[in-house]
Amino acid sequence: MSIDYSQKIPNNVHLNDNKTLQRALEHWQPEFINWWKDMGPDDSQNFDVYLRTAVSVDPAGWAHFDYVKMPDYRWGIFLNPAEEGRKVNFGAHKGEAAWQEVPGEYRSNLRRLIVTQGDTEPASVEQQRHLGLTCPSLYDMRNLFQVNVEEGRHLWAMVYLLHAYFGRDGREEAEALLERRSGDADNPRILGAFNESTPDWLSFFMFTYFTDRDGKYQLCSLAESGFDPLARTCKFMLTEEAHHMFVGESGVGRVIQRTCDVMNQLKTDDVAKIRAQGVIDLPTIQRYLNFHFSVTMDLFGADVSSNAATFYNTGLKGRYEETKQNDDHQLTDATYGVLEVANGQLLTVQAPYLNALNEKLRDDYVADAKGGIERWNKIIQKAGIPFTLSAPHKAFNRKIGPLSSAKISPSGQVVSEGEWTHQHLHWLPSVEDRAFVASLMGRVAEPGKYANWIAPPARGINNQPIDFSYVRFN
Amino acid sequence: MTTIMRQHLIDPEICIRCNTCEETCPVDAISHDSRNYVIDAAKCKLCYNCISPCPTGAIDSWRNMPADQAYPTAEQLLWDTLPGQIALDAPAEVGAGGTASETPADVERIAAASTAGQGGAAPPPWSAAHPYINLYGIHNPAVATVSGNFQLTAEDASSDIRHIVLDFGNASFPVLEGQTIGILAPGLDANGKPHHVRLYSVASPRDGERPKYNNLSLTVKRVTEDHDGKPARGIGSNYLCDLKKGDKVNVVGPYGTSFLMPNHPGSNLLMICTGTGSAPMRAMTERRRRKFSAGESLGKQMLFFGARSPGELPYFGPLTKLPREFIDMNLAFSRVPGEPKRYVQDLLRERGGDVARLLRDENTYVYLCGLKGMEQGVEEAFTEACRANGLDWQALRPQLLLQGRYHVETY
Repeated sequence: MSIDYSQKIPNNVHLNDNKTLQRALEHWQPEFINWWKDMGPDDSQNFDVYLRTAVSVDPAGWAHFDYVKMPDYRWGIFLNPAEEGRKVNFGAHKGEAAWQEVPGEYRSNLRRLIVTQGDTEPASVEQQRHLGLTCPSLYDMRNLFQVNVEEGRHLWAMVYLLHAYFGRDGREEAEALLERRSGDADNPRILGAFNESTPDWLSFFMFTYFTDRDGKYQLCSLAESGFDPLARTCKFMLTEEAHHMFVGESGVGRVIQRTCDVMNQLKTDDVAKIRAQGVIDLPTIQRYLNFHFSVTMDLFGADVSSNAATFYNTGLKGRYEETKQNDDHQLTDATYGVLEVANGQLLTVQAPYLNALNEKLRDDYVADAKGGIERWNKIIQKAGIPFTLSAPHKAFNRKIGPLSSAKISPSGQVVSEGEWTHQHLHWLPSVEDRAFVASLMGRVAEPGKYANWIAPPARGINNQPIDFSYVRFN
Repeated sequence: MTTIMRQHLIDPEICIRCNTCEETCPVDAISHDSRNYVIDAAKCKLCYNCISPCPTGAIDSWRNMPADQAYPTAEQLLWDTLPGQIALDAPAEVGAGGTASETPADVERIAAASTAGQGGAAPPPWSAAHPYINLYGIHNPAVATVSGNFQLTAEDASSDIRHIVLDFGNASFPVLEGQTIGILAPGLDANGKPHHVRLYSVASPRDGERPKYNNLSLTVKRVTEDHDGKPARGIGSNYLCDLKKGDKVNVVGPYGTSFLMPNHPGSNLLMICTGTGSAPMRAMTERRRRKFSAGESLGKQMLFFGARSPGELPYFGPLTKLPREFIDMNLAFSRVPGEPKRYVQDLLRERGGDVARLLRDENTYVYLCGLKGMEQGVEEAFTEACRANGLDWQALRPQLLLQGRYHVETY
């Protein structure tokens, strides 16, 4: 399945055979480029960036590296190869042949799923557009831009589905994806976390670790969809998403490494002394972690949700690793534990499984996210420092669903309004914390040089040395 | 005899558990638990499908292992870090002290750094001769006698490069082209410890600098400044460059089981080097030249050799006298007054068509030796030469490595 790069829009979907669709997408393409120039990475359109571009969707073609100017990046449409005889694997239609066209009765729900997913992609590019100005190294700047162009490609993936399968409605939704703006009071992005700002690199690393991991779980669920073009699109997007989480996990890990090194040099855990050396103290890292973890928890939606039940029952969105689950894949009589606050305590109560699917996905996510936190802790242990990072309780600092009305501590205790007010500065980054982190940000853009607050990576990209010129300025 | 395998492993410190490799593997050789992702050596077919999709590079980890001692997955699941390369070779019976010595830690460290660019040592060519290694260790070095020390660079050149011939008398010190030996410089360092072992590539063929003599030669550049250009006196190189005929030298080794030449008829050598990186190329070329003079039919020899100027190119005189039909020679000079700077990668690009033709031939073996900085430029030149000639270097490179056809030694 090689990709046809001779086309205006690189693709492996035979776009050439469908002139109407090709014209519609070629009409959208300049609008996308305009959006990229307006809202994409700031002041960097002329840089040569050592980027990975997919040249085919088979394993050998995923990772082709070369210098590219970002506006010339070949955004295109790539679907995983079709699986012969694929079926709908869950819900009421289980066992039927997977759909190659949108079933009429599910049209609006499917469109809503695709638009919601699609909206997050340009949103994160907008959130991160100023970070290039304060990159801690060329290596990190290159990783940021790689994440950005791939988010742009993910938007293409969703826009293709809208154009190809949803006619005029789809085209209008595709326009709207370029019109909403992250954080805009009048025309914001759809999901809350995508209207938060990403003001500094610690936030960026936390975002790519925690929030992009939500993306992984949403894509995994959509990759199970009975609507085959959506499943194939999402499968290919997942290969790109892995890089984003790598940026997050290794980024936070390197911040921790540097802090531990300085703590050992100074033989201190005094926050003021550590900050005076220009590195980020571990308690501040924990507060950033709490913030990004809790904001991401909300992205999974309400704990009990009839929409989730409908999406599943109608075969549109499955569970994480649906086909590896050992049950009937219809879940009509099954139950699943969800949280409730009763008598000043958090209780787990059983809800119909179909309605609790958001919670199920959230739980799968939490287990995965905790794995990386443990690997960060290994860095701290190796340095011999008695400090442990931990994920807050999943009910902590929630802003949507029934838990949003309660105040819950990171350890999962229900606390009073007064105690929350008193304590929350120990739990979430304060204005001072953010100002301190912001004060460390300044551009380091010489090959092989790394900002003082972060350790160099263990390996370069594509086996290149860590002092490689990952970005060339012109 | 146990065969050596190149075992494919995942570095647990770098892996982020994204599952892409497990998803990609066509033979389900990759699995995981809550801690590590691991590869079953019995199932892995070395198809390389998992290498490029890995976002971290953790998947590109290799250890040479006796085939019957490959790390089982159960053991890999317990790792926090990747184990180092184990010393592979069976005890040799010909060591001067009676027992074989272990590879000194210094030697392992240098060897690991010099092959890092290609992800660790590749297996040797299938037709390589079997190398002897570790015959002499720090505690039982061989004693060689200096039988010659000649300046290779012009008097007015900015560097002093020397051709030093060591004679082993009656001691057994068998070497192959591409192997290295260690020199123990006398005296103590600033901390009162013996100096670290200094490694040098052998510049002569297996049958001696002078055929049928028990001697070998080294190409040594006198180090007078460090990597940043600050004055610094290299311990090993100054010791060697100052040696006089008749002086005794403590030698350890030999080392190297990977950077070896093929011996089968029709095998081609594509050699790229700068400065004293020419030593192993000179050894291989001289081996082939002797066969050529004896009328044996050979594969092709193509050499790309870079230096600042002709006066600083070791062996410049003898090299230019080699017949065209024996070797396709390409010399690049970066500091000739009045001429544009040319580097080996520029010549590689110019000769892209011929380079690609050689790369396409499964009997071609590629050798790269010189300063670390050249690796990137050469890789880029290969990428371009391949692209312009219908080959994909990114796809070809892992195949070459797997087949022992691409060898990098940079420092």
